Amino acid sequence: MFEITDQVLNAEAVVEKVSHTGAGGIVTFIGVVRDASRQRKVLYLEYETYREMAEKKLADLSGEVLTRWPMTRIAISHRVGHLAIGEAAVVIAVSSPHRREAFEACEYAIDRLKEIVPIWKKEAFEDGEVWVGLESETPRGL
Amino acid sequence: MKVTVKFFAGLRDAVGEPEITIDLLEGTTAGALWDQCAVRFPGLGAVESTILTAVNREFAEAATGLRDGDEVAFLPPVSGGTDV
Repeated sequence: MFEITDQVLNAEAVVEKVSHTGAGGIVTFIGVVRDASRQRKVLYLEYETYREMAEKKLADLSGEVLTRWPMTRIAISHRVGHLAIGEAAVVIAVSSPHRREAFEACEYAIDRLKEIVPIWKKEAFEDGEVWVGLESETPRGL
Repeated sequence: MKVTVKFFAGLRDAVGEPEITIDLLEGTTAGALWDQCAVRFPGLGAVESTILTAVNREFAEAATGLRDGDEVAFLPPVSGGTDV
């Protein structure tokens, strides 16, 4: 189960999606907006997505996890739009009969998400905005 | 043939539009399409080395041949956080 939403994320709801009586361990990753990037103070973030492809790649990613760790269940919820410092941008929950697979699969899932899922963030500073990954910077007001 | 070309994030800022429709010769590759776009929108040229290409919502190579009705997207590097 996965979703891309502009609503505030609910980690409990994501955990509930993977809970079942056979799961002895549930691992949750929450990606949170930080207040500093490369020593500069971040005011807020804007997340943007190529939604149709991102949904496809989240499905592919879930398939990879289930192939490699067959007894797990995974749920991913990613937020887009304007996010303030301290807000959750992504929640990943993985359940498994035993905890080792849940830890491994959850770490794999977030690392892989950052490789293949087309979601981008723009960091807003006092004196400009930067799309993370591109070097050029847009000064405010232009 | 006609293809749709989508731009995202910093690329959309450079182009000024999120999507265009473009007429191409049969057999044009994604790489050749990028070159055409870089000429038409000069701001794109500066970021070329790190761009990913998608055709019909799957990652593609510069050498991928395009067909009528394809949806091409030029994608900046996917947002990571850094580990720093």
